[in-house]
Amino acid sequence: MLETQSNYNYKVVRQFAVMAVIWGIVGMAMGVFIAAQLVWPDLTYGIEFLSYGRLRPLHTNAVIFAFGGCALFATSYWCVQRTCHARLFCGPLAAFTFWGWQVVILAAAITLPLGMTSGKEYAELEWPIDLLITAVWVSYAVVFFGTIAKRTVSHIYVANWFFGGFILAVALLHVVNSCEIPVTLFKSYSCYAGAQDAMVQWWYGHNAVGFFLTAGFLGMMYYFVPKQAGRPVYSYRLSVVHFWALIFTYMWAGPHHLHYTALPDWTQSVGMLFSLILLAPSWGGMINGIMTLQGAWHKLRDDPILKFLITSLSFYGMSTFEGPMMAIKTVNALSHYTDWTVGHVHSGALGWVAMVSIGSIYYLLPRLFGKPEMHSVKLITVHFWVATIGVVLYISSMWIAGVMQGLMWRAVNPDGTLTYSFVEAVKGSYPFWTIRFVGGLLFLSGMVIMAYNMFKTMAGGNTADAPVLAPAGYHA
Amino acid sequence: MDINDLRSIVTVLSFAVFIGIVWWAYGGNRKARFDEAANLPFAEDDGDRVHAGPARHEQRKTS
Repeated sequence: MLETQSNYNYKVVRQFAVMAVIWGIVGMAMGVFIAAQLVWPDLTYGIEFLSYGRLRPLHTNAVIFAFGGCALFATSYWCVQRTCHARLFCGPLAAFTFWGWQVVILAAAITLPLGMTSGKEYAELEWPIDLLITAVWVSYAVVFFGTIAKRTVSHIYVANWFFGGFILAVALLHVVNSCEIPVTLFKSYSCYAGAQDAMVQWWYGHNAVGFFLTAGFLGMMYYFVPKQAGRPVYSYRLSVVHFWALIFTYMWAGPHHLHYTALPDWTQSVGMLFSLILLAPSWGGMINGIMTLQGAWHKLRDDPILKFLITSLSFYGMSTFEGPMMAIKTVNALSHYTDWTVGHVHSGALGWVAMVSIGSIYYLLPRLFGKPEMHSVKLITVHFWVATIGVVLYISSMWIAGVMQGLMWRAVNPDGTLTYSFVEAVKGSYPFWTIRFVGGLLFLSGMVIMAYNMFKTMAGGNTADAPVLAPAGYHA
Repeated sequence: MDINDLRSIVTVLSFAVFIGIVWWAYGGNRKARFDEAANLPFAEDDGDRVHAGPARHEQRKTS
């Protein structure tokens, strides 16, 4: 029944999965390093290449695009092949996406410490690298949608809708926001000016969160949670509504990054309103993921991969409640520019994005290297607890520091003068920055444990590709 | 026609399309096809060498 000519393309999945773990360590180590700089400001003796301002964009680029990006490539290539029952379209182009993406990452690691930046947050890379990103991304779209086009089953599984939406939206965001005029090989200026530039930047910035860091990882959730739980998603119709609600809503939430700025007031209100609406689809998706475990809750007790996946959904729920709340203008007046924002981002980035990726990669690795399971399941459990404690320390310290900073900055004496000078808020933040450093260090240690486990699993592994399934592979 | 009329029309149309999608997902007789789609990740068990526990076989039936 399952006689087929071809195999799935696992090679590119293997490459991306392994590099996701490696770049995860690099990117998170960079984060821990700059967190240490906040506690010990003289750490690098004033060497400009290692200054906070240059390493911070390297940290964000490394964790979002190198770690998160490789995890997304690996999982989407796996999922699209296995749910379309078709080998990946155009193998050489898929290989180009891998090598091209690695070159982008290396170029970022060289240019950012040298101070070459276009100055746009999460889009700092200069124009020649932007062009390479565009080439890689278009190839990604061709490979992904080409595979969907040659599928041998009639349905397009919902995870592929999320991956597809993520690929298209990121292409649009990258091209529009990276419109720039090159001055030299290493310097360009944005095509937009003033408030428009800010609006385009945060339309990009927030949708990078909405599509790169949410839609793509929801694709992971819709494939790996059902697989690991051994049962189909709780409600498929809810997943359809979840997808379209996110698509229709996310694009308008960007202005909440620009409350109380030169942006027109009505635009800020639109951004706030759409951010509040976003709570509904976000929680719909979270409930859909968690309820997939209905009737199988006991699995959570002894399956550490499921622990990672379900905990990631809890953090997704937490941060998508916190986000709309922080988008309310009066709350934003307290939270903006403080460490509360940093805490919120990491609740999403470490708790949701990293944990769902880690769970999915633990699912993939033994299958990619022909092993029955990971080298040590116990170490996955250790990783889970180390990472969870790390996230909790990180976000709770940032909450406290953030609210404290917001309250200190806005406090005024009866005569209208400020109660605290800025440096007093800095001084008050020190202990919390130290706790944050410890939390980040724990999360990083978890990744090192994962890498050890991964290399042990890879050792002597069989890298044969599984055969493509017959079209009529349905359950009767 | 003012460009803002066009913007309003697009907004209203988008909303109508979304309501249509919700109606499509929840109304009518689409349970069977959705169940079929939801089981796509499980059509591959033969090629899947990793044991994922006994619950594999207690999946919801498509009937």
